[in-house]
Amino acid sequence: MNFWQSILEAIESLLSHKLRSALTVLGVVIGVGAVIGMLAIGAGAQDTITGSITDIGTNLLFVVAGGDREVVSNPKPLTEADAEAIADPFSAPSVLRVAPMISGSAEVSFAGESTHTSIEGVTPDYSLVRNVGVVEGEFISELHQLGRAAVVVLGQDVAETLFGRTQALVGETIRIEGQPFRVIGVAEEKGGSAFMNEDNRVIVPLSTIRTRLIRRSTADSVDTILVQAAGADAVPQATEEITAVLRARHRTPIGGDDFSIFTQQDFLATAETITGVLTIFLGGIAAISLLVGGIGIMNIMLVSVTERTREIGLRKAIGARKRDIMLQFLTESSMLSLTGGIIGILLGWGLSQGVGAIAAASNTELVPLMSLDAVLLATLFSLAVGLFFGIYPAKRAADLEPAEALRYE
Amino acid sequence: MMNEWVIEAHDITKTFQMGEVEVHALRGVTLRVKRSEVLSIMGPSGSGKTTLMNILGALDHPSSGSYLLDGEDVSGLHDDQLAAIRNRKVGFVFQTFNLLGRHTALTNVALPMRYAGVTRGRRKRAQQALEAVGLGDRIRHRPAELSGGEQQRVAIARALVNDPAFILADEPTGNLDTKSGDEVMDILLNLNKDHGTTLLFVTHDPEVAERTERIVRLRDGLIENDKGGGA
Ligand SMILES: Nc1ncnc2c1ncn2[C@@H]1O[C@H](COP(=O)(O)OP(=O)(O)OP(=O)(O)O)[C@@H](O)[C@H]1O
Ligand SMILES: [Mg+2]
Repeated sequence: MNFWQSILEAIESLLSHKLRSALTVLGVVIGVGAVIGMLAIGAGAQDTITGSITDIGTNLLFVVAGGDREVVSNPKPLTEADAEAIADPFSAPSVLRVAPMISGSAEVSFAGESTHTSIEGVTPDYSLVRNVGVVEGEFISELHQLGRAAVVVLGQDVAETLFGRTQALVGETIRIEGQPFRVIGVAEEKGGSAFMNEDNRVIVPLSTIRTRLIRRSTADSVDTILVQAAGADAVPQATEEITAVLRARHRTPIGGDDFSIFTQQDFLATAETITGVLTIFLGGIAAISLLVGGIGIMNIMLVSVTERTREIGLRKAIGARKRDIMLQFLTESSMLSLTGGIIGILLGWGLSQGVGAIAAASNTELVPLMSLDAVLLATLFSLAVGLFFGIYPAKRAADLEPAEALRYE
Repeated sequence: MMNEWVIEAHDITKTFQMGEVEVHALRGVTLRVKRSEVLSIMGPSGSGKTTLMNILGALDHPSSGSYLLDGEDVSGLHDDQLAAIRNRKVGFVFQTFNLLGRHTALTNVALPMRYAGVTRGRRKRAQQALEAVGLGDRIRHRPAELSGGEQQRVAIARALVNDPAFILADEPTGNLDTKSGDEVMDILLNLNKDHGTTLLFVTHDPEVAERTERIVRLRDGLIENDKGGGA
C-alpha cells in the first residue's frame, strides 16, 4: 500500500474524531514539552555553571594547604617560597605562571559609605592567571608588591556602592579596616554567577595584606597558590610536577600529602556531574508524563479498534492482510504521537524561554539551550511512544477473525 | 486453463464450541457451483446459511471437509493467504452494505485494489465499476449522502472491481425497500447475463430466490433440497 495514502487516510480518520484526537495529542504535547523544556533548562544551567568556571581563567590549578586523605604528622602551610619553587621552569616546566594569594573579608569605607566585601592579596601575575583586567588605572605592580604599598584595585560593585560611580576613581583614598588605601584602578566587570560575585571585592598587594590586614601563622604563608599550566594538555603533567616540588620541600617523600591540588577540570567535571544528574532527574520526571501520554494513546486506540471492529472485518473480507491492518492502526497512533511531539517541542521551547526570562528578571544568567539533538531525540522518541503504545491495539485489530468481526454489532 | 467449477465443497462441517456445548452449524455439506451459475441458499434462521457463506467466501475455516475455490485447495491455507484469495476471487455484498463512512464512493470501490497492490489505473477501474452499477455521477458522494439502494450498488461495484470468480451476497436486499431491492437484483443478474459473473445469494426472501435458476435449501446444517442446478 502507498505510504502517503496510508498517512492521509490515518489523518482523515483521526480528524473524524477531532476532540478525542486533540485530547490524546495533548497528553503527548505535555510530555514532550516537559522533556524538551527540562533538557533545555538543564543544558542552559550547565552552560552557565561551566561558563562561570572557565571565566575564572584557563588551565588553572588550585593548590591549597591540607591533605585530603591521610593525616600527615606535621603538616606545613603553603608559603610564598613554595610558590617560587613551583614557578621554577626547571623543576616544573609545565607551569606557565604562579599566583600565590591570601583572601578574606574586610570592611571598606569612603566618606561615610561603608560596605563589607571580600578582599584578596595578590601578586602582579594574578591579573594574567585569573584574566582580570582594569577598565581604569592599573593593576597591582611589582613596585607595589615590593613596597607593601597601601594601594587597592576596586571591583565594580564596591566602586558603585562607595562612590555611586565606576569611573574617575583613580587617586581617591578609601579606608580598609580603618586604614587608608589609594585607589589605583577599577577592575573590569566579571559578572555575578551562582557561586560568587567577583565584582564585590577589593584587591591589594599580597605583601600589604599580610603585613597590614590579615596575619597568618607563618610569616610568608599564603592561602592558595594559583597555577596556570602551559596548556590544557599540560594540566596533568603540571599536577605531577607541583606534587613533586611540594613533597620535596615539605619533606614528605612517603605517605600522604599535606596539600591538595584541584584543577579547573576537576571543578568542571564535578559541575557537569551535578548538572547532568539534575538534567536526568528533571528529564526523567518529564519522561513519566510522556509515558502517561503514551498510555493515553493506547487507551484511545483500543477504543478505536473496538468501535471499528466491523470496518476491520470488512477490510479483511475484501483482502486486507494482518500487516495491512497493523500498519493502518500504527500509522494512526504514530501520527497522534508525532503531532504531539512536534507541538510539544514548540511548547518546550516556549517553556524554557519563559524560565529563562524569569531567571533574567531575577538577575540570574540562564540561557536555555535547545539542542538539535534534543529536538531529534524528542521527535524520534514521541514516534517510538506512538509505535510502542500502538502495537498492542494494532495487534488486537490485526488478529480479529473476519467472520467474527463482521458479525459484531 | 479455466476450471469449470468455481466452488467444489465436499462434506464440509463446522462446529462451534460454546463453552461446554458444541454447536454443529454445518454437518456435512457437499456443494458444487459451476462458473456463471446463479444460485440461492435458503433455509430457516439458524440453519447455517451464514456459516456456509463464510466458509465458501474463505472468511472462515471449515472444521472438516475439503474445499476447492476456483480450483485452488484452500483448506490448509493460513490467514494471510486466505486474505489474498478473498481479495482476488471473492466479491462480498452484505445486507448492511458495510461501506466506509469517511470515504467517497470512489475510494470505497478502489479499496480492494489497494490491498491487491494495484498502483496504476485504480481510479479509472473504480470509476468504470461505478458506471457499471449506474452510479457514474455519484463517485464523489459519501455513503451518508446516498440512498440505501445506491449504497448497495456501491458495494456491488466494490465486489466487482477485482474481477472475482464469484460474488457472495448475504441478504443483499434485506435492508432495502421493494423498488431498490429489485434494482439491486437487476444489476446483479445483468452482470451474470452480460459478463457471466457467478452469483451466490443467501436469502430469506422467496422473491429473490425465484429469480435464480438454482435454489439450495439448508436445514439444521444439512442440504435438504437442491433443485434447478446441474450438479
Ligand atoms: N461464532 C459462532 N459461535 C457459536 N455459534 C455460532 C457461531 N456462528 C453461528 N453459530 C451457530 O450456528 C448455527 C448457524 O448459524 P448461522 O448464522 O449460520 O445461521 P443462519 O442460517 O445464517 O441464520 P440467520 O438466517 O438467522 O442469519 C446457529 O445455531 C448459530 O447460533
Ligand atoms: Mg445469517
